[in-house]
Amino acid sequence: MAQPTIKEVLLNPVFNNNPIGLQILGICSALAVTSNLKTALVMAIGLTLVTACSSMFISMIRSQIPSSIRMIVQMVIIASLVIVVDQLLKAFAYGLSKQLSVFVGLIITNCIVMGRAEAFAMQNPPALSFYDGIGNGLGYSVMLIVLGVFRELFGAGKLFGFTIIPVVNDGGWYQPNGLLLLPPSAFFLIGLIVWGLRTWRKDQAEQPAYRLAPQVSNKEAY
Amino acid sequence: MEHYISLFVKSVFIENMALAFFLGMCTFIAISKKVETAIGLGIAVVVVQAITVPANNLLYAYLLKEGALAWAGLPDIDLSFLGFLSYIGVIAAIVQILEMLLDKYVPSLYNALGVYLPLITVNCAIMAGSLFMVERDYNFPESVVYGVGSGFSWALAIALLAGIREKLKYSDVPEGLQGLGITFITIGLMSLGFMSFSGVQL
Repeated sequence: MAQPTIKEVLLNPVFNNNPIGLQILGICSALAVTSNLKTALVMAIGLTLVTACSSMFISMIRSQIPSSIRMIVQMVIIASLVIVVDQLLKAFAYGLSKQLSVFVGLIITNCIVMGRAEAFAMQNPPALSFYDGIGNGLGYSVMLIVLGVFRELFGAGKLFGFTIIPVVNDGGWYQPNGLLLLPPSAFFLIGLIVWGLRTWRKDQAEQPAYRLAPQVSNKEAY
Repeated sequence: MEHYISLFVKSVFIENMALAFFLGMCTFIAISKKVETAIGLGIAVVVVQAITVPANNLLYAYLLKEGALAWAGLPDIDLSFLGFLSYIGVIAAIVQILEMLLDKYVPSLYNALGVYLPLITVNCAIMAGSLFMVERDYNFPESVVYGVGSGFSWALAIALLAGIREKLKYSDVPEGLQGLGITFITIGLMSLGFMSFSGVQL
């Protein structure tokens, strides 16, 4: 098998093979933290770092891991890295870490991290795995940031907490769309983004399970 | 008693794991094409959740919490930073043990649940149950109720979604929206429905 180049592993997951849009991985946290841009950004950075580092470390010891216990080994490495991220957040951005609550811990069970460790890092050298982790982290980050911008800008008229569009309550002209701050809107937005992505790239669309038969007029009915 | 009932109702409807907190989404979407398999997975989640949350509660209260090691003569030690590692370890171990026990003593149940059990280790809903339990400082009986309730909430949600999706496959969905896209929008609508519970004060 030909070695994929660094550029390929970095950029492929962003558009061609987006972890959220196509592989249905790591959606849990994507929805819950995106109601404002700040938490979305922190979460994106945290996940990218964890994915990149865990892929690198797992790839370093990939030939030493017995295959029967590889899940546990991967889990321990990932969990240790997440603890580091969590402690850093608690030390330097306590308010933010309270806002993210359990979702930092849930990076452990985020399927992107496990998925990349299992699918890529176990077969490829450390440096390449590191870039693959960054690439997938970026794919996730792009989605998170798009959602965060959209939800905060149109839901509250702000970005990073600064007012961009003055809302009616503060004497401005914009009537904010409160739905965007509520959980269900994230589902609608991701659904629409997936629709857009698949209309742009036809090859990603799924085949319907049942094709409806075209309407034909039945002569016996008349 | 009233306190526990309201905690149960709250964890099932108001704080629904899947529809209010978006947890366990990956399996939620991947395994909800058929009602039968969805219910199987749902039951497995309830069982695992009902065991792991209380187990992690004991672990937290007697080993990890600040001052929890006082019984061993070490009152100043705070091991709570080891939380993530221990919870996921406990979850993985319990799932493994459950799989072996079922295989040995209740083969019929093992055959029904068998394929879903390994999937549960990486289900965020299970891990989140333990993390929420720690964050909200539940005591042991509360953690039992919360474990059962939150597991049940997830099972309920996946069974409902599978029911909708089974009907949905006969409808004429635009091409790019086929599959994943329409599923997301369906879940969004369901979640909107469940939000109506959020006004309930208990």
